[in-house]
This record gives sequence, structure tokens and C-alpha cells, in this order.
Amino acid sequence: MKAKTIPAANPAKARTGIEGFDEITHGGLPRGRTTLLEGGPGSGKTIMALQTLVNGARLDNEPGIFVAFEESSERIVANAANFGWDLPELMKKKLFFLDVQPSPDLMVSGSFDLSGMLAALQAKAHEMNARRIVFDAVDVPLALLHDPVAERREMYRLHDWLLKNEFTALITAKVGGAETYAANHPQMSFMQFMVDCGVTLAHEFVLGISQRSLRVVKYRGSAFQENDSPFVFGEGGLEVAGSRASGESKIVVSNERVSSGVVRLDTMLDGGYYRGSTILISGFPGTAKTTLAGAFLEAACLRGEQSMFVSFDSDANEVNRNLASVNIRLERFVKKGLLHTKSARSLTGSAEIHLMRIKTLARRHKVRCLVIDPVSALAKSGNEETAYNVAERLIDWTKDQGITLLCTSLLHESGPNLEGTPMQVSTIADTWLHLSYLVQSGERNRGLSIVKSRGMAHSNQVRELVLSKEGVTLADAYTAGGEVLMGTLRWEKEDAVRTAVEEGRVAAKLKQATLESEEALLEVRLKALQLELQGKRAEKQAFSRVESDLTVELATGKTHLHELRGADKA
Amino acid sequence: MSIPAHFKFRLYVAGDGPNSTLAKTNLAAICLEHLADRHEIEIVDVLREPQRALADLVMLTPHLVKLSPGPIRKITGTLSQREVVLQALGLPC
Repeated sequence: MKAKTIPAANPAKARTGIEGFDEITHGGLPRGRTTLLEGGPGSGKTIMALQTLVNGARLDNEPGIFVAFEESSERIVANAANFGWDLPELMKKKLFFLDVQPSPDLMVSGSFDLSGMLAALQAKAHEMNARRIVFDAVDVPLALLHDPVAERREMYRLHDWLLKNEFTALITAKVGGAETYAANHPQMSFMQFMVDCGVTLAHEFVLGISQRSLRVVKYRGSAFQENDSPFVFGEGGLEVAGSRASGESKIVVSNERVSSGVVRLDTMLDGGYYRGSTILISGFPGTAKTTLAGAFLEAACLRGEQSMFVSFDSDANEVNRNLASVNIRLERFVKKGLLHTKSARSLTGSAEIHLMRIKTLARRHKVRCLVIDPVSALAKSGNEETAYNVAERLIDWTKDQGITLLCTSLLHESGPNLEGTPMQVSTIADTWLHLSYLVQSGERNRGLSIVKSRGMAHSNQVRELVLSKEGVTLADAYTAGGEVLMGTLRWEKEDAVRTAVEEGRVAAKLKQATLESEEALLEVRLKALQLELQGKRAEKQAFSRVESDLTVELATGKTHLHELRGADKA
Repeated sequence: MSIPAHFKFRLYVAGDGPNSTLAKTNLAAICLEHLADRHEIEIVDVLREPQRALADLVMLTPHLVKLSPGPIRKITGTLSQREVVLQALGLPC
């Protein structure tokens, strides 16, 4: 059980600490007033009353007294042992059981009253400073009176005493088929008028499936949710399905993306699923819904996140083995303690029970990614009416917890609406992937399309889902003549494209070789011409030098002649 | 016939409430009629001694306990139905 440290929100209310109930009643039971808890046999009255005392002692440090008229305290304590309330410890100081089951040998002669009990209780309450008190099965001692007038008088006495002492009180009373019992015991309906708050517990069977619910019938001076609220017995006692009142939403919206486990699908989704969103994968049997779910889980485990896989279809170990054939290896994460598998194939039970189990496990393992395969199993016989509500609350809860939820949903070929889902989860899911078969040219191939994906750009194309030993991937589906090509046809088309590309590549190579040789030829010619040019230049230089030498020599020769002739200097 | 037994009673009452007062009167009348000079009555007022009511688990008042002769018998109520009381106490009607 969660240990709440926050102080009670409303001082006029005494919180019960029962999950969901305090939300329905906007804070709990009326403090210092009396609440009547009615229900048939086995409807959970005693447990709910005891849980209120236990939580009062634990959460608000309010000691409590339990007056047991019907079941002995020994049996009550034994029955509640599984809820982990540690009653023996509480019973040392903060919880007192008063056993007042009338002995079978008790003889009655004439009228009597409850004064003795109230005096005794007053002393005890004062001694332990009790603030809460439960009268379990108050109808038992009153029935001994055999006098409706006297019964009414004693109820007044009890109620007056409770109000005077400002106890937060719970009185439980049997209702065996509401109308008949009230008709035979008008004093019970009188009690309903007397108290400030009335709660009715019901236990019904729909097609053999147990469905429990409770309803707040009246609550003086306070608003409350008036509808039937389903409840279950969880690990820590009652858990009531309190739907969140509008406007109280505190969901943190994340822009973080988490991988779908299939690279090309992430691309199609512009980066993956949103963290904390709900993904629905619908499709007929065998369209690889579980495989996609497995890919998502593997990706989550590779990121090191706690994940959970709830399978309603098959045994979790079988699923792990089967997924290994497409290179999705989950077994290692199970061993590491990252992945928690839960097979609920043969479990019958109400959708509420399933929801409660899933929540309990997810909470225990602090799960961040959750797969329910298939969510449509929640709507099995006997649960059609509640399943939608349960699925809605599951989604609500996972969003609240920031858990990314992936649900698969089975479609039946005979279904009237091929792309619809039995529980309308599709309308509340954030991302909806649809898997289908495409039968063409003697082949059956899987197609994947994104029907919707809120808040992100996403591809509008149908892709082919390809499963192989290497893993899961998506292939572009070719459209030719208005038809989508998959499988062999796609391969042929791809092959044709491959050949064309190859031919183009060869041609380009050839062209390049030709160009290279031409280039080389030109370079060679360029080199030859350059050499020739150099030769010509050298020749030209040499020629001009001979000429100037000659001129110098001629001049020098003349001078020398002048010297020889002894001529006058010029 | 053996010596008539001596009767010991304990009567739990809640103050001067109408039921308790009636029980006291009824018990006194029965004793006077059937057990003259061979009875003892201890009256426990649970409003003044609530701890005793708690210890003895007496919740419905008035409440009569016949302590002896054995076996112990317990009768709840005003003791107005005299036949029931006499039968429980093993006295002739």
C-alpha cells in the first residue's frame, strides 16, 4: 500500500485511504458523522470498514475501534491477513476489536438496550483516544429485540451517541436483495434517512464473471460521483475505479520520442512514438501484431527501460521463442530483469481484475513501456459492457504515469467494420497502425499503414512488412497501374530497377574510359607541341646570338686594324 | 428433597434507564416469590463501571447472570417474560 505523507485535503472529510473512494467522495467519509455501508453477503462491507480504520490509524494517526457483532475478530483478522495491513502491530495501540457476537445460548426476556455497550465503548475510546469506529453488522443484536419500535429506538441511541462523541463512524448492515430486505426491515430504510452518508456495495455475476461495484447513495453537504464505480480486492484491500473528474488532469505531455523498434517505421512516424502515448496496432490474426509489439519491447529494453508484456493469447515463453525467429531476442532481457512477462491466457476474471493486476505489476516494476496483447481480450464474454470503460481507464492511467502503452487489437474477418476495433480503443489511441493482408498473384503479404498519429507528421503510404531471420523491416510498396505491388511482384519490380541501374552504371563506365583515353591523347599531343615550341625558341635564340657576336667581332676587327695602321685616335 | 440451593445473581444495569429499572423490579419480585432468603444480588452499573462491562463483555443491558448454583446462565432483557426466566433458572413455573 502506498504510504501517503500528504495531509488530508479536506478537513471536513476523513479520508479512507481506499484508492478511488476518496476521489469519488471528494475526500472521504464525513468527519465526525455516521456513514451507513450496505450490501449483500460477501459484498465486501467488513473489509471496506476495516480498511478505513487501518488507514485512519496509519495515515492520519487516528486510533479506531471495530465492534464485531457477527464475525469474530479472530476470523476477521485472519481474513484480512493477505492485505499486508499488519493488524497485530496496529492492535497493540491503535486498533481495538470488541467481540460482541451474541452467544447462541443467550436467552432474551423482555426488552433491552445498547447502553451497556456504549458505556463500555466510551471508556475504551477515551482510553485510546479513538476517532473512528465501526459497527459491523449492527442488524444482528437489533434483531434479537423482535420489536421494530425498540430497534428504531436503539438506532437513535447509537446515532446520538456517535454524534455526541464526534466519531467518524461506519455502520454496516446486510441487504439481501435491496427491495425485499427493506420491505421486511423498514427500520433499515429508516437508518438510511438518519445517517449523513450512505454507500451501497453490490456483487453481481454477468455470464459467470464476477463484477463488483459500489455507489454513494447520499452524502449530506458534499458533492460526490453518483454512478456505480467498479471495485476489486487488490493486494492492499479494496481498489475502487474512480474515474478522474474532468479538470483534474495532471498529465505531463512529453515531446520525447521512443523507437518503435523498426528503423523504417520510426522514419515513417517522423522519429517514433511519443513517450507516454498510446499506440494501437490492429489487424487480423497472423498479421504480425505481436512481432511489432516485440520489436517495441526490445528497443525499450535496449534503452534499459523496465518493460512489461501482458499476453492474453499465448504463453509468454512461447512468444519469446517465436519472436527469436525474427531476430527479436527478448529472453535475455527477461533474465536481466528488465522485461516482465505475464501470461493471462487461461485466466478468467472481470476486466476490472485484469486492469488491477496489470496496474499492480506495472507499479511494482516501475514499468515505462507496456504491451497488452491483445487488448480486445478484455472484452471477452461477460465483460462487454465494462471493457470499454476499463480500456479507457487503462489508457488514462498509463498517460498519468507517463507509461508508453502499446495495445494490439484482434479483428475478425466477419466483423462489420474491418478497420474498427471492438472496444473503440482506436478513437482514444494516439497512434493507430493497421496491418492487413494483400492477396495478389497467389501470395499473401503483410501491409502496414498508419491510420492516424496525433501530433506528428507521418507517412501516408502503405508499406510492406517484411519478416526475416535478420529482423523486421519495412519495404517500399510499388504502385504500378494503380495497384500496390508486394512480395514477389515487388521483388520483380525491384529487380528490374536493379538491372536498369546496373546497365546505366556500365554505360557510364564505358563513357568514362573513352573520355579518359581521349584526354590522354590530347595531353600527349599537347606535350609534343610544347617540346617542339621549346626547340623553335632555342633555335631562335641561338640564331640571334650568332648575329650579335658577328657584329661585335666586326667592330673589334676594325679597331684592331686602326691600331695596326697607327691611325689617330678618333 | 435436598437443602434448597442458595442463588447468587449479578445484574448489569445501565443507570436508571427504563429497561434497567424494570429488570431490577422484576428480579426482586421473582426472588421474593421463589427464592425468599436464599439469594444474593450484586448490581453492576455499567455507566459507573464501564471497565467491568468491557471485561465481562456485557454489551446489551440489562443483563442477568446466575453465578450459582451451576451451570452459569445468562439472560438479557427486562426479565418481563417470567416463564422464560424461571425456566432458565431451573425454577418451577
